Amino acid sequence: MSLVVPGLKVGLSRDDLMMRAGVVLLAAILLMMLGLPLWALLAKGFEDRDGKFVGLANYVSYFSTPALFQSALNSLQVATITTLIVVPLAFLYAYALTRTVLPMRWLFQGISLIPIFAPSLLPGLALIYLFGTQGFFKALLGGGSIYGIDGIVIAQVFYCFPHATLILTTALATADARLYEAAEVLGTSKRRIFFTVTLPGAKYGLISAALVVFTLVITDFGIAKVIGGNFNVLATDVYKKVIGQQDFSMGAVVGMVLLAPAALAFLVDRLVQRKQVALLTARAVPLVPRPKLGRDLFFTAFCLLVSAAILTILGMAIWGSLIKYWPYNLSLTLDNYDFAKFDANGWDSYWNSVRMALGAAVFGTLLMFTGAWLNEKTRGFGMMRGVVQFLAFLPMAVPGLVLGLGYIFFFNAPGNPLGFLYATMGILVLNTVAHFYTVGHLTAATALKQIDPEFEAVSASLKVPIWRTFVRVTAPICLPAILDIAIYLFVNAMTTVSSVIFLYAPDTKLASVAAVNIEEAGTTAAAAALCVVIVLTSAAVKAAHLIADRFLFARLQVWRRR
Amino acid sequence: MAAMTYYLEVRNLSKRFGDFTALRDVSLDVVEGEFVCFLGPSGCGKTTLLRSIAGLDPQTSGTISQKGRDISALPPAQRDFGIVFQSYALFPNLSVTDNVGYGLVNRRQNKGAIAKRVAELLALVGLPDAGPKYPAQLSGGQQQRVALARALATSPGLLLLDEPLSALDARVRLRLRHEIKALQRTLGVTTIMVTHDQEEALTMADRIVVMNHGVIEQVGTPQEIYRRPATAFVADFVGSMNFMAGTLVAPDRVKVAGVDFACPPQEGLAPGQKVSLCIRPEDVRVRDLPANIANRVPVEVAELDFVGAFCRATLKAQAAADVAVTADFSSNLIRDLGVEIGTKLDIALPPDRLRVFA
Repeated sequence: MSLVVPGLKVGLSRDDLMMRAGVVLLAAILLMMLGLPLWALLAKGFEDRDGKFVGLANYVSYFSTPALFQSALNSLQVATITTLIVVPLAFLYAYALTRTVLPMRWLFQGISLIPIFAPSLLPGLALIYLFGTQGFFKALLGGGSIYGIDGIVIAQVFYCFPHATLILTTALATADARLYEAAEVLGTSKRRIFFTVTLPGAKYGLISAALVVFTLVITDFGIAKVIGGNFNVLATDVYKKVIGQQDFSMGAVVGMVLLAPAALAFLVDRLVQRKQVALLTARAVPLVPRPKLGRDLFFTAFCLLVSAAILTILGMAIWGSLIKYWPYNLSLTLDNYDFAKFDANGWDSYWNSVRMALGAAVFGTLLMFTGAWLNEKTRGFGMMRGVVQFLAFLPMAVPGLVLGLGYIFFFNAPGNPLGFLYATMGILVLNTVAHFYTVGHLTAATALKQIDPEFEAVSASLKVPIWRTFVRVTAPICLPAILDIAIYLFVNAMTTVSSVIFLYAPDTKLASVAAVNIEEAGTTAAAAALCVVIVLTSAAVKAAHLIADRFLFARLQVWRRR
Repeated sequence: MAAMTYYLEVRNLSKRFGDFTALRDVSLDVVEGEFVCFLGPSGCGKTTLLRSIAGLDPQTSGTISQKGRDISALPPAQRDFGIVFQSYALFPNLSVTDNVGYGLVNRRQNKGAIAKRVAELLALVGLPDAGPKYPAQLSGGQQQRVALARALATSPGLLLLDEPLSALDARVRLRLRHEIKALQRTLGVTTIMVTHDQEEALTMADRIVVMNHGVIEQVGTPQEIYRRPATAFVADFVGSMNFMAGTLVAPDRVKVAGVDFACPPQEGLAPGQKVSLCIRPEDVRVRDLPANIANRVPVEVAELDFVGAFCRATLKAQAAADVAVTADFSSNLIRDLGVEIGTKLDIALPPDRLRVFA
């Protein structure tokens, strides 16, 4: 029996043709942004320094170099330890946010998100101030050193905490109160309710959070670079091979090794998500936590502690950036914000970042939303839509460093007609949009799936072209999701280091990259200052979004009111 | 007499989804100006047939022609129909006026003409003042009327209604039934409505198409469907029906539990065949039975279910306790005859009201 039913050939309307052309164009763009650079990277791993094909020689040499192989083990070790710390911590925090009566819940929620607005090297810098060779609390380490695995893990916990908390908050927020009532009526103990109702309900969230944290740690570059000391990991190896030794082939090989665990984690996540069914049916009654003194006190204390830790790290970076000469002259100054003293680009790199982030937000949102719409609403054309779907999911599994490396090989290749993009702002925007494509695409697709699937049928029956309904109805309805995507892209473009570190030219250097360079040159305070400027910018944009959402768009969207 | 040309002709339509057959060789004719209901349980293929006619889910094989034009392979945008969905599919960010005028703006009419037409349509569906409101500010019934006005705005030749009343509460549903029917009669627009509600189909349709498992079981007027169901499925699905297992002993006689019943002469059924003998509960006679009446059965009242206006009685044959029929007893009858559980009485099954199915 065949699944393919030889059917009647139905004619294509002008809408169908336009949509299909759009899907083909989108596939071509994604192929250029993702597929071909990754292919170029893969191919590079099989070439020697002169570009001759050498088969697996590079891989053989990689796995027989103990120092390199050790980095892979180090990466796995750091990722595992961080995951084991962050996930329980984030679970308790998310539990406090969703299942207990917490005073000033919104504030605790906001504080838990702060690390998202910072480049990953910020916690590294703060730890140097706190526990470094001249750190405040160095004595507490009792002769140990913060440079190395301990420092990396602490900084990673800070950096990964909001991601895990967000996932687990979502997982715990969707609970059916009636399940709990049923369990209580049956005389179940609190402990047993937790293990038979709460935990199974959050199971997929826990798995997802663990995989996301694991991937973030494996692929992050900034933290290990700043505070890793002699403790090498895969991400710093790629950087050293490419920037330090100009050994692109070996860099490509390390990149491929870096790709493996990230891709594996991604695959596991997809498999797990597929098994997940909606726990919350339309008829579910949302769970509203009732006050309970002992529990609420415990969780308030816990949240205070975690928030204090987050604020200490951020505060330390801010304070450090304002101090004249650590630790000898603690008087305050703004000298460290005069970036021209530390980096040839001065404040230009900051403005480059803002321009790049704006470009990525505008171009990326347009591409992601229109692309998701084309892929959701095109009739038939399954094969091509499958290709687009695959390409849209690909970036989730690809570390930024790997993608950045692929861009060098692809766009810098002699004879590539797109070579003119190399070393321009354009390539930075393109790379950033590609790097963060999956989340934007998913946000758009989810929003589109939630609106009535019959809008297009109604338009067709009224003989209104589909693009008109897109402009007049679909896009306005999805405005909140569109803004979410834009803000997400802006913030990530401001803070990302990994994917763009190979791609900037002297006049397009970004703030996050400049911070890495300044830190490399030994000026911690100025690097911290640059990180602080980045945090303030992305947090301000997010705050503007929230305020606009509350006041401006409420007025634009009167139709939502009943 | 010239051969009648139908407004809509569906010929040998089949639709498969993978290994699942949703429509099996369906043929159907619809006369211009007619109100046709597709009736059947969920999964019977009624919505698939509607969506094939609209071009939204094209058929696997077969042809559809509308007003003599073969539309089988046309995309929806090139067909002539207006559609109303169960979800209404109103554009939430557009006002009622903009929703109703959505299809008009595209036809290069001037603003004044559009505004006039929209006002006319809103008056037609009984919502003359709703123009500036947004869909979320309207009740379900009002939203459905706006959806109807939007579908009618471009004066389509064919109006398709996909379970338009299912999402409404019972009272609103009753009122809208009459309004939609009256509107359809006034405009004379050929209309096809999908529903799983038999009462809706019986009260609204000029003709009902009863479907099951992807095939048409019967096409007929509401009276035909109710009085002379063509198959056991139709008999069971539309209204209530008693089924008694028996054997055909002569073309016009069925034996049930040893008792012979007279019935209308059966063609195409051979004597000796196992059959079901059927009668509707309201057709069972109790009062004033003449002495020589056919199909008289002495029974005992086994159960009495109060349903409000009447009682549904379960009656067991005195001769054979495993044969039971239900009958509708009015309150008057129960009082006059003093019926209660255990009462013994005689009933008659009028032969012209009996149906026999293989």
